[in-house]
Amino acid sequence: MSAIDTRVTTPLARSHRAHLADNDGALGSWLLAPAVVYIVLLVAFPFLLSMYYSVSDATVGNTAVRFVGLQNFERIMQSNTFWRSMANTFVFTLMSQLLVVVLAKTLAMALYKDFRGKWIVRLLILLPWVAPISLGTIGWLWIFDPVYSIINWTLRASSLLPANTWPIWLGQPNLAMVSIVLVDVWRLLPLATVIILAGLSSIPQDIHDAAEMDGAGFWRHLFQINIPLVMPIMLIALLFGIVFTFTDMIIVYVLTRGGPFDTTQVLASLAFFTGVPGGDLAEGAAISLFLFPLLVAVVILLLTIARRTEIT
Amino acid sequence: MATVETRALTKHFDRGNNAVDGIDLAVHESEFMVLLGPSGSGKTTLLRLIAGLEQPTSGDILLNDTVVTGLPPRARNMAMVFQSYALYPHLNVFRNIAFPLHAQGMRGPAIQKKVDWAAKMFGISALLQRKPRQLSGGERQRVALARAVVREPVVFLLDEPLSNLDAKLRISAREELQQFQRRLATTTIYVTHDQIEALALGDRIVILDHGTIHQIGTPQDVYERPADTFVATFIGAPPMNLMKRDGQTIVGFRPEHFLPLEAHRDTADLHRLPFHVQRVENLGSDRLAYGELATPVQTGKVIARIPNTIETVLTSDTTHEFAIKRRNLHTFDAANGLRVHA
Repeated sequence: MSAIDTRVTTPLARSHRAHLADNDGALGSWLLAPAVVYIVLLVAFPFLLSMYYSVSDATVGNTAVRFVGLQNFERIMQSNTFWRSMANTFVFTLMSQLLVVVLAKTLAMALYKDFRGKWIVRLLILLPWVAPISLGTIGWLWIFDPVYSIINWTLRASSLLPANTWPIWLGQPNLAMVSIVLVDVWRLLPLATVIILAGLSSIPQDIHDAAEMDGAGFWRHLFQINIPLVMPIMLIALLFGIVFTFTDMIIVYVLTRGGPFDTTQVLASLAFFTGVPGGDLAEGAAISLFLFPLLVAVVILLLTIARRTEIT
Repeated sequence: MATVETRALTKHFDRGNNAVDGIDLAVHESEFMVLLGPSGSGKTTLLRLIAGLEQPTSGDILLNDTVVTGLPPRARNMAMVFQSYALYPHLNVFRNIAFPLHAQGMRGPAIQKKVDWAAKMFGISALLQRKPRQLSGGERQRVALARAVVREPVVFLLDEPLSNLDAKLRISAREELQQFQRRLATTTIYVTHDQIEALALGDRIVILDHGTIHQIGTPQDVYERPADTFVATFIGAPPMNLMKRDGQTIVGFRPEHFLPLEAHRDTADLHRLPFHVQRVENLGSDRLAYGELATPVQTGKVIARIPNTIETVLTSDTTHEFAIKRRNLHTFDAANGLRVHA
């Protein structure tokens, strides 16, 4: 009898020790806790703090903070630089995302096909995403260098540019915008490609075969079958791209510092320059808050469309 | 209407053997030809080669005596129904059926008329505005057929179109499929691994294994005169009993021909065999008796299928007197498995 008793009690004792792992609710809370702490400390707290600063007269190095109502916002609305930055943010985001979506779809379709050495091409395309943004952008700073620019050098060597033309990529208003768009596309293309590639792989081969049997040529297949079927996932890629581009300031900060004459100043960089080097924390916070409603609107719009085009 | 022919058709994939290995096949006009084989027999690859979805490694495909080997699918005007139906999930039923017409450059009222005609034929006129995800399996299958029929192709290619339906629906769908094929009289090539479907539908059946043809013949041919031991055991459930005799030949007989002696009315021309029954399964209309022949020679397992109209009592672990008509015995060469023509 006693032998049976020990055999019964041993598993019971063990189950007491395994209590936490067996209780899904408690385990779930524990596993979620780091993420919750992270979001509270690094997202929610700064967000609330910036809301508080935006209605105050906070400055760098001053501990006395006074409530000033909507004064900061009034000042911003009267500033040409702010409106120019707002316009630049939209131009920057729209141009780069248009390019990213078209190029990512093209690349994804090319990479979807089987060919020799596919894995190395995939790896190379992913590299810009893996490299730290600031380091990659510093590389571009050298590529755009007015004197040693490899772009100018190549254009001249291939006679596409007359001998004595020296385009200053980061110093001429339009070229500067083209440059930051180019770098943003370079940086976000890998993510969009990988997302769209995943979308393409989820279309059953039978659907492609059926379209081919039904007599669809390349363009009909692309626009009536392929693109509509990956549309929900393309919209997700676009959503990520818009959020990343809209809130990005590293590219502008490293390449142009918003110049020349604020022609590449975007909301994120303006908020930073006003608030941190400029010392006016209150106005910087107010500027950065403009990103919030715009992004919420974009997210709601895109998720609504994505759900409507859902096909499964 | 059209004829389809393949000449020494071979497809080699990167890994392994030839998926399709030198197939010579001629499908007649308006014929319902079934490609039957186990998985990996190359039947689907053969269908995809004929469709133009795969390019052969060597050999030719002829449509109406014209070589179409290098041509893309849309130049062949064949229609295909897939096992998954492959309906376009983002288009409603109308636009699914209209898709091949749009691709042909047809416009407006002509499309409407054609789609209505095809939808009516398959009884799906009420479903035209639905999306594929809102349809049942049987309805999807009808939409897939309507999409195949709508542009009046010269050949239908069907890749296991019934295998995703439940058993009951499969039987009625089988009947409808046969009726509409007879009515349109369009040459049809039908792939299946289900021998019942093959026997029920095919004008002729091609039995494939490992990329080669074992036999081409009518359902009656392949059942009653199997060309080799593969066909003999692949067709028929339970399969034909095979026994080695004197090392040179293999003798085969179907389970339903192996009956208790008293069940044979005509006792002339009988081959008597004592049968040691080990186990009996009652399937309702039939009984399956598993056992061994009680002969001096080792024979291996033998199955008898006895209709329940024969009331002989069969007990396990008992030797019963069984017999087969001599004309129901098949003889095969032990070396290559081929039928020995008596």
